[in-house]
Amino acid sequence: MTGAQQGNSTSELAIEARGLSRRFGDVVAVSGLDLQVPKGMVYGFLGPNGSGKSTTIRLLCGLLLPSAGSARVLGHEVPGDAERLKHKIGYMTQRFSLYEDMTVLENLDFIARIYGLSRALRRARISDALQQYGLGELQHHFAGTLSGGQRQRLSLAAATLHRPQLLLLDEPTSAVDPQSRRDFWDALFALVEQGTTILVSTHYMDEAERCHRLAILDRGVLVADGAPLQLMADMDCAVVLVESSVPRKVQRALAAQETVRSITQLGMRQRVLVPHTVGRPAEHVRGLLLAVGIEAQCDDTAPSLEDVFVAVTQASRSEKAA
Amino acid sequence: MAALQRLWAILTKEIRQLRRDRLTFGMIFGIPMLQIMLFGYAINTDVRQLSAAVADQAGTELSRQLQSRLEASQVLRIVARVDSAASLRELLDRGQIHVGVLIPPDFERRLQQTTRPAAQLLVDGSDPIILASARQLVSMPLTMDTAARLEPVVRLFEVRNFYNPERRSAVFVVPGLIGVILTMTMVMFTAVAIVRERERGNLELLINTPVSSLELMLGKVLPYILIGLVQVTVIVLLGAQLFDVPLNGALGEVYLAALLFIAANLGLGLLISTLVGTQFQAIQMAFFFFLPSILLSGFMFPFDGMPRVAQLIAEALPLTHFIRVIRGLMLRGAELGQLWPDVLVLLGMFLLTMTLAVLRFRKRLD
Repeated sequence: MTGAQQGNSTSELAIEARGLSRRFGDVVAVSGLDLQVPKGMVYGFLGPNGSGKSTTIRLLCGLLLPSAGSARVLGHEVPGDAERLKHKIGYMTQRFSLYEDMTVLENLDFIARIYGLSRALRRARISDALQQYGLGELQHHFAGTLSGGQRQRLSLAAATLHRPQLLLLDEPTSAVDPQSRRDFWDALFALVEQGTTILVSTHYMDEAERCHRLAILDRGVLVADGAPLQLMADMDCAVVLVESSVPRKVQRALAAQETVRSITQLGMRQRVLVPHTVGRPAEHVRGLLLAVGIEAQCDDTAPSLEDVFVAVTQASRSEKAA
Repeated sequence: MAALQRLWAILTKEIRQLRRDRLTFGMIFGIPMLQIMLFGYAINTDVRQLSAAVADQAGTELSRQLQSRLEASQVLRIVARVDSAASLRELLDRGQIHVGVLIPPDFERRLQQTTRPAAQLLVDGSDPIILASARQLVSMPLTMDTAARLEPVVRLFEVRNFYNPERRSAVFVVPGLIGVILTMTMVMFTAVAIVRERERGNLELLINTPVSSLELMLGKVLPYILIGLVQVTVIVLLGAQLFDVPLNGALGEVYLAALLFIAANLGLGLLISTLVGTQFQAIQMAFFFFLPSILLSGFMFPFDGMPRVAQLIAEALPLTHFIRVIRGLMLRGAELGQLWPDVLVLLGMFLLTMTLAVLRFRKRLD
């Protein structure tokens, strides 16, 4: 009875974490994470290496015990009820984790058996997977001989054979060329269309931008979350594009200014973040530069996800420093 | 039903991977064959043909008979004849002989006295095994065809050698070798079984599936039981072919005992696998266990001669119990029922190590 009630109350959420924390010795990998991942979407974890993305994913599937807090994944308490959860989730590790000394077909067959699929179901799903992920011609190749993109397709095929409701993907595209990445994301959206919820971690901005929703992690702390467009709209900074012949001088001149949050150089141009509170950002930056004798073209521009990322991580770091 | 399917999946996967791992696969046959050659031909605790010199100061019919009897015993091979005790000592010192036989001038008179020994053996006692062999000569019956028809005064006991009448070491060594080889291969194979998957990253995927600890452990162990039995067959066949090692007990019981022993070792290997982090550590730990097994189990040195502490350690090693059982079965023609205490210990060891391994293995990364 209670199970059904709990099921109802969380029916819209695939993942709900409350104060999830994990420390390794003195290092706090994940700190007080509150997370709500709605069903049927691609939810992204964006953050640099060491920001706690992998640890969070491992906490969510019960591979690691939390130091504090708890999580509820597909209606199962984690880690307490992790075993029953394992039938419902698919997991793709950061490192290729299928058997390199077995062929594509043998690997898929092994995983299908491990998930207890019947013979008929195994045959149907493996043949589907081979076709869908373009592995048909590679089926008798050893997994160890596959390229990065092929391995990643095989991993995804293996992780979805048992048709999980939730897919956890830990930096799935880190060793893959751009075209393979595009194909991979197409495959992910196809899965979402079939009702799968996907949690994917990445450090690529373009991938983060493709997610329905996004959580930005920095040093174990969730610093922002929301839809990518919303995050850009909600940013507390304006972006000024500065173009000059002396970008290094501009850099030095602006770095010391209190109203300048960050400067990112792109060739001869620079993206300068200034708080909304200054009003007329482009004028403000032009003024700052003229004061030190630098003439530069300054224009207001729309924020990118990278600007959001820089703004929120800097904000959280200066808060910590203060 | 699903559990059986998962167990079968793990098991067939292990066999498939093993078949592709040429080196390991070769070791399954290579190790027993190599070791049986090494141990069977090289290890010989029954030393014969010790080089010896004789100083025959009596020079009588009887003293010459003694010499020919010494040679006939095959314990000694007379390589030199000298005339004094000093010369014998000289040869011993130089390492040219291991035994010197001094027959004093009054040899025949001494033979009739019970208070003094008739002749002297000068033995290079620096090697205890040589000393022990030479000592056999002391109790050699001296029933000699003399006019006096001397009664054998020195012979107090009659030694009757059961089970290994020709005193060949191989007969004694080969059954124990089954245990040594199984210890070496079985513990090693399973010690790396889980760690290898962890090192290669496979385990993180595997523990995120519905497979249970017990299924995983059993799936890892079962293929090696088959391999262990194949090794037993190789050793028994080669032992019989090359060294005429008898199989006095029932073949089925030999396999049953080996099965228990294999299981105990596999359990131990798995336990090691759950304790260590890398394959290198696993192999080190397997070796850490292997050395005392060889030295203390009674395979190399008699168990009875070891100090109490060593015996207690030995009792904790599966090989000690298996060696007792297998020698009983193969050499003494005993039945498994007669050897039940050691059989039970082996069974207990399997259950204990397997339980600990399954309990220790967590489907987690921390």
